[in-house]
Amino acid sequence: MKTIYIMWLRELKRYFRSKSRMVGSLGQPLLFLLALGYGLGSVFQAAGQGNYFDFLAPGIIGMSIIFTAIFSGIQLIWDRQFGFLKETLVAPVSRFNIMLGRTLGGATVATLQGVVVFILAMVFGFRPYSWLAVPVVLVFMLLVALLFTALGTGIASLLEDMQGFQLIMNFLVMPLFFLSGALFPLSGLPAVLSGLTIIDPLSYGIDSFRALLVNSSHFGLPLDFTVLFIVTLAFLAGGSYLFSKIEV
Amino acid sequence: MDAIIEVRDLVRQFGDFTAVDRISFSVKPGEIFAFLGPNGAGKSTTIKMLTTLLHPTGGTISLNGHDPVREPEEVRRSFGIVFQDPSLDDELTAKENMEFHGVLYDVPAKLRKERIEQLMRFVELWDRRDSLVKEFSGGMKRRLEIARGLLHHPKVIFLDEPTLGLDPQTRNHMWSYLQELNKTENITVFFTTHYMEEAARIAQRIAIVDHGRIVAAGSARELMAQTGTGSLEDAFLKLTGNVIREEEASGVDRLRQRAKMWGRRR
Repeated sequence: MKTIYIMWLRELKRYFRSKSRMVGSLGQPLLFLLALGYGLGSVFQAAGQGNYFDFLAPGIIGMSIIFTAIFSGIQLIWDRQFGFLKETLVAPVSRFNIMLGRTLGGATVATLQGVVVFILAMVFGFRPYSWLAVPVVLVFMLLVALLFTALGTGIASLLEDMQGFQLIMNFLVMPLFFLSGALFPLSGLPAVLSGLTIIDPLSYGIDSFRALLVNSSHFGLPLDFTVLFIVTLAFLAGGSYLFSKIEV
Repeated sequence: MDAIIEVRDLVRQFGDFTAVDRISFSVKPGEIFAFLGPNGAGKSTTIKMLTTLLHPTGGTISLNGHDPVREPEEVRRSFGIVFQDPSLDDELTAKENMEFHGVLYDVPAKLRKERIEQLMRFVELWDRRDSLVKEFSGGMKRRLEIARGLLHHPKVIFLDEPTLGLDPQTRNHMWSYLQELNKTENITVFFTTHYMEEAARIAQRIAIVDHGRIVAAGSARELMAQTGTGSLEDAFLKLTGNVIREEEASGVDRLRQRAKMWGRRR
């Protein structure tokens, strides 16, 4: 328990100390939100789909969560490089607890980042349809954050250095984001694209945010929760298995 | 008295390459033991196996009566380690790094507080306890790592090239501290180094490793007598030859190089 707590605390301390990381990682979501939100708003409206900015905001919250979460997981490579990983691996504690602590820490940071984007969206006029749903949406945000931090940790366990990082960004994070329905509605898509969105776990995350924040859902909240819950457990199990196999 | 470290026929292979080839040795409690060898001789690989970071391909290890493969947690509780490369969290303060270690090793809060202050005063870093580690010089980091490695009162302390890149003042200070601890707490010291003079002065017993095997062992005097040379350096060169060894850079080394190139951006 103490191991999990101290690993979690470390992630948070590091986050709050690197102001540049906090601010830097907000630039991209903000750009997407404003440029696309206002840029495509009239087209979306003309197509009879309603307010694009409101539709987009939950998607961009999801985007900032997945980016921050996978980055937090990937930070493991830096720990390996700067040697700190060894300090934790020779300590008389189970590797599962180390992995769980750092994943929870990374997920907390990613959730906070999602909350900041949520607040920024509100600054630009976004309003949740019901304030009562906000605590529930936080739970879903944490679940999505956990899922992708575990994924990032698992991948980082397999990598020795940052060589593969660009590969991961281009062939994993970007597709996960673009195929999640963060930017477009999931209904009426061509069959192949539709199939891809269904196997993307982020689709269910963003769908749950939309269900709770703007009261529109493609899969329905129970299915969203079930998928997210099962995939999170699977990734945590897989991630901790890979983490337990690390040799330095 | 029983050996604190007992190694029998230890083997480690990486694919076709045999990094450690049937090494056997034992270290008595309270001994200061040095492992010398050219680059790539298998020193670090042996330390990694002793400290549960690598599984041996063959042979047996006993550390404080426990097997690193079957009882890793007992073994981990028994030793402290200062790695060849720094293993501190740069983004945390010196004291936070110590706290972190204390929690991981389950040192009770009150005792942790006492020992952290005592150890940090000893390595003369107490005044800098609230500074981030990234502001520290190489020598300060090394001192902090030694203090950290001792926080849970280990039976054995491993030091993998601990004095690399340190100035003579820091080096001297560090060794006098470790020698004192060795006397007062009967802590066993196991270290590797490239400074022969240092090994001759500090170590009670020395093993010279080359190509994954122990080629000679004994006190510095015994090694010199054995080879008919006048200094440990000459004895070392006579035993291991004059050929310069190449070591392949690992992924981590390559990454470090790149990090340097990018000006330590993270």
